[in-house]
Amino acid sequence: MNAKLIFGIAKSLLLARLGQTLVAAVGVTFSIAMFITLLSFMNGLNDLLDGLILNRTPHVRLYNEIKPSEDQPINSAAAFKDSYNFISSIKSGISRQEIYNSGPILQAVKNDPRVLGATPKVTTQVFFNEGTIDITGVINGVDVEEEMRLFKFRDYVTAGNAINAKNVANSIILGKGLADILAADIGDVVQVTTVQGERFPLKVVGYFQSGIQEIDKVQSYASIVTAQKLMGKPANYITDIQVKLYDLAMAPAVAQEYRQKFNIDAEDIQTANSQFETGSNVRSIISYAVGITLLIVAGFGIFNILNMMIYEKMDSIAILKATGFSGRDVNSVFLVIALSIGFFGGMVGLLFGFIFSVIIDNIPFVTAALPTVKTYPVNYSPIFYFIGGFFSLITTYFAGFFPARKASRVDPVEIIRGK
Amino acid sequence: MQDTILEARHIVKEFHDPVTVQVLTDITFKITKGEFVSVIGKSGCGKSTLLYILSTMDTDYKGELLIDQELMTGRSDVELARIRNEKIGFVFQFHYLLNEFSVIRNVMLPGLKLGRYSEQEVEHRALEKLKMLGIDHLATKEAYRISGGEKQRVAIARALINDPHIVMGDEPTGNLDTKNSEMVFEIFHELADVHNQTLLIVTHDQGFAERSGRIIEMEDGRIIRH
Repeated sequence: MNAKLIFGIAKSLLLARLGQTLVAAVGVTFSIAMFITLLSFMNGLNDLLDGLILNRTPHVRLYNEIKPSEDQPINSAAAFKDSYNFISSIKSGISRQEIYNSGPILQAVKNDPRVLGATPKVTTQVFFNEGTIDITGVINGVDVEEEMRLFKFRDYVTAGNAINAKNVANSIILGKGLADILAADIGDVVQVTTVQGERFPLKVVGYFQSGIQEIDKVQSYASIVTAQKLMGKPANYITDIQVKLYDLAMAPAVAQEYRQKFNIDAEDIQTANSQFETGSNVRSIISYAVGITLLIVAGFGIFNILNMMIYEKMDSIAILKATGFSGRDVNSVFLVIALSIGFFGGMVGLLFGFIFSVIIDNIPFVTAALPTVKTYPVNYSPIFYFIGGFFSLITTYFAGFFPARKASRVDPVEIIRGK
Repeated sequence: MQDTILEARHIVKEFHDPVTVQVLTDITFKITKGEFVSVIGKSGCGKSTLLYILSTMDTDYKGELLIDQELMTGRSDVELARIRNEKIGFVFQFHYLLNEFSVIRNVMLPGLKLGRYSEQEVEHRALEKLKMLGIDHLATKEAYRISGGEKQRVAIARALINDPHIVMGDEPTGNLDTKNSEMVFEIFHELADVHNQTLLIVTHDQGFAERSGRIIEMEDGRIIRH
C-alpha cells in the first residue's frame, strides 16, 4: 500500500513537470545511446582488427626451431663433467625443420578435448620466376578444408575458389600483391624454383588477400600434397602443426604442456601477438571512459533538476510531513522520481543505441585491405546493453540521493511558519 | 467520564539563535474529548510555537507532551509521523493543497498513507467528508482550480479523513474573507457539537474565540487564562 502510494505521488510530481522530466530523461537517453553506440562500434573495430591477425593465427603452433643444440658433446664427456666448458662459434647442426613423429602427435592433439581442431602445414621458401627476375616467396602447404574450417581461409580468398587448391593438381593461390607483381591471372601458370633448384609449373586458381600488404606480397597457398611434392618430401613431412583451441585464454598453458609432452617447440598466440591484446584493451578502456563520462554529465543534469523540483515543492513536502509522511517516505518519493527518469531514459537510450548501431552497421566501408568487410563493423554484444542499463540506474540513483536526502530533512514547521 | 486527549506538562521552549530567548514558559494544561478550544494572544506571544510543539512537528522543547494519554516526548521521526497521520488533523492559514492532485486525491492522501482502509473505502470516506462540508461537487477538479474558501474546506476535509482524535488549526480563517471565515467557523462548530470532535484552534480573532467552547489566552509565553 505504502509503496503504491509513494509511486503514485512520484508519478504525479513527474507528470506535473513533464517538460523538465523529459529534459532530464533525454540527457540519460542521449548518454546511454552514445555509450552503446560507441562501445558497439569500438568493439566491432577491435574484433575486426584482432580478427585480421587472430583469425589467421593458430592458438598454439607446434614446430621445430633451427637452433644450436643445447647439449654439446663435451658436456656429456665424463672427463669434463665438473668443469665449465666454454665453446665458441657454435653452429646449428644438421637438424630438420620437419616435426618428428608428426602423425601420432597430430592424432594426439586432435584427441585433446580442449582442441577445436589441428591442421598440419608445410612451409617452404621458393622463387617465383617472372621472366629473368626471381621473386622470393613462401608457399604454405595446407589442408585446405581444415584451413577453411579453422582459420576462415575462404574469407581471404577474394578471387577464385579456395577448394580448387585441393581439387586441381599442382595449383596455387597467390597473395594479391604477389599476383600483381607476377601479372598472373587466374588460370595462368607460374613457374617456381624450389630451394633445391628444381623448377615447377603451378596453376593459379585464386587470389588471397589478408589485409596486410606485406604478407600478400610474399605468401601463397597450396595444398599440402602439392607443397610436399614441390620439396620432394614424403607425405608425412610436416613443418608445423596449427592448433585451434575452444578457449583462447588456455593457449599458454596448452603450449607449455605440449612442449614437454612432445619435446617440440610450441608458441602460443599471446606470446606471438601480445601487441594486439594491448591495443584492444586500450581502445576498450577509452570507450568505457567516454561512455561513463557522458552518464555522469547526465547525472548532474538530473541532480540539478531534482534540486530545483525540491525548492519548488517545499510546500508539498511540508504538508506531506505534517499529515503523517515520514522523512523516509519523502526520501523514497524523490528516489523513485530519479530512478524512473533513469529507467525510462535508459530504456529509450538502449533502443536508440541499438538503432544507431544498426545504422553504422549499414554504412558502406570498402577498403582494399579488408576484402571481407563491406560495412563498418559493429559488435552487438548484450553485455554493453546490460552495462548501459545498469549504469543508467546507478548514476540516477546517486544523482537523486542527495536531493532526496535534502527533501527528507525539510522541517515542516519552518516552511509553514514562514507563510 | 471525560477522556483526556491532549496534555501538556511544564513545556518550556527556547530559541537559541542568535541569542537565547525563552518563548514558552512552563505551559501546563489539558484538553478533554469533545472540547472546542481556541488559543488567543497577541502576535509573538508564542501561541503558534506552542501549536507546533503540540502537533509533534517541533520536537525541540523541554517538558512532556501526552496525546491520547501516551507520551510523545522523545519518540522517533517515523513514530511521530505515524501518530500525526492517525491522531491529528491539521488546518493551516494557508491551505497547502498539492496542485498535482485532484481535490479528492488531496483528501485521500493521509488516508492512503494510514492504510487502514482499502483505496475504494478511502475514496468513499473522502467523498463523505466533502459532502459533509458541502463541496462534493468539486471532488474531481484539480486542486488549483477552486476558490480560496473552497480550498480551505478541502483542507478541513483532509484533516478529518482519518477520524483524528484532535484537529489543530493555525489561524484557519486568517486568509479568508468574513463570509468564508463564518462558514469555516460554522463547520468547526458543527464538528464539535454534532460529531463530538476535539478542536484546538490558534487564532487572533477575538470574535471567533469567544464563540468557541473554551479560551486559552497567552501572553509573553505564559498562559494567563484557561
